Amino acid sequence: MRKVAIVGIGQMPVREHWNSNLRDLAVCALRDAMDDAGVQSLDGLTVGNMLSGALSEQEHLGALIVDYAGLEGVEAVKIEAACGSGAAGIRMAYKAVASGLMDAVGVVGVEKLTEYSGKYSTAALATAADADYETTVGLSFVGINALLMKRYLYEYKFDKSDFAVFPVNAHQNAVHNPNAMFRHKITAQEYAKSKMIADPVNLLDSSPIADGAAAVIVVAQENLYRYPGKPVAILSCEVGTDTLSIDNRTNPLWLAGVERSAMRAFKVAGLSPQDIDLFEAHDAFSIMTALSLEASGFAEPGQAIRFALENGIDIKGRLPLNTCGGLKGRGHPVGATGVYQVVEAVKQLRREVDEHILVPDARYAMAQNIGGSGATVITTILENMSGRS
Amino acid sequence: MDIPRYWRLKNQRYLLEGRKCQACGELSFPPRLVCKKCKSRLSEPHRFIGRGTLYTFTTIYQTPDRFDAYSPYVVGLIDLEEGVRITAQLTDVRPEEVEIGMALEMVIRQIYADGDRGPILYGYKFRPILQK
Repeated sequence: MRKVAIVGIGQMPVREHWNSNLRDLAVCALRDAMDDAGVQSLDGLTVGNMLSGALSEQEHLGALIVDYAGLEGVEAVKIEAACGSGAAGIRMAYKAVASGLMDAVGVVGVEKLTEYSGKYSTAALATAADADYETTVGLSFVGINALLMKRYLYEYKFDKSDFAVFPVNAHQNAVHNPNAMFRHKITAQEYAKSKMIADPVNLLDSSPIADGAAAVIVVAQENLYRYPGKPVAILSCEVGTDTLSIDNRTNPLWLAGVERSAMRAFKVAGLSPQDIDLFEAHDAFSIMTALSLEASGFAEPGQAIRFALENGIDIKGRLPLNTCGGLKGRGHPVGATGVYQVVEAVKQLRREVDEHILVPDARYAMAQNIGGSGATVITTILENMSGRS
Repeated sequence: MDIPRYWRLKNQRYLLEGRKCQACGELSFPPRLVCKKCKSRLSEPHRFIGRGTLYTFTTIYQTPDRFDAYSPYVVGLIDLEEGVRITAQLTDVRPEEVEIGMALEMVIRQIYADGDRGPILYGYKFRPILQK
């Protein structure tokens, strides 16, 4: 297998992009990444997207985007894995380049969730769950996370207000990310008073519906001399899966898909959780952050909140978490999210983020993208290459 | 409303019918064609009794569109006596009375009505077992 690197990145600000359609968002992010990499052409493109069919009446994104990006005739397909679509796209590009089948592959994650009302988009997002047995009994996607959070509070004896540490941290970092949707701080008091969506999940536990597109260019390290862009190594990019519905899991508070994905990623990279300098976690809801920290090996079961409070998850903490705002602060354009996470991790390792959120001397960054409530999980570990020749 | 789906799932929704593996006896709900435990493809229908305890629950305030008229309502994960966990709405109980561990039994209720003239979907919900 060949070693792989990301040599170009691009991203659109996460916003309600009422004036832009899917293809333009995707084309801008992709061409920005190609410019950043200094490439004129690609061998292939994967498009990470979840809901273009449901919310833009548009499928067949692969061919559409290569056409409008000026890459006529290039192999291109859409990859769908619910909210994990973006990083699943990176996994496909990683496999194509590592295997030697292709030399330069683009990945663009794109999503438009604001074409319709929030309620309509929410219903579309629920298609990540089991349509026959979860959504048709009236369970929303927020509701699934609420079921997990309720049990977590019951089993580990935490107070709902203890979860404030995660969204407060995410918002604090988003202030310094110009591409983030919410560039303002929130307080634990505001969290405590926030509107209930599905008890115990409130509005400030929940990442916002948004539009966005982000892109990376994946190449072989042996060919890096061809590209002027600043490379960051992909040490591993591994997928784990689990049952779609949480009721089919023996212990719903243990995300086996996260464990499988993270353990594979650590093994391939030859690293352990202690080596990671910053972690872009999938904080679609606060409870997901906690469960992800635990199943990834950063904290013991039931200890994620204590881990956050004692070790620190802010920029100066032991494990800086969601350094560019996470899903909560940056926004969650679902099929694009996994690519945003990796773009942000690359910016950290290239020392290109605002000084307030820069993790000094970071060598290893990890990003974890979760589809559904843990059914598809992609963990990517990146390494700064500046020390190498 | 997607009529074929509701016709197809009638034994699950009205009878709580899953599968029993003929090789190892493992029970499944929803029905699985491949046994999760021993991977056998030999199985037969199995009807669950419909009693269990509440594993976790949530009161949903911001509901999916088609459930607007019912907001707020409670959805729970129920551990059935036979050892299988399922997702269902709770009924005949106020949200503030619901607690983890409470004993529940299955009943057939209206899940939602598709407008004034559309078909009505019925299916399982769970209610507290009254103390004798």
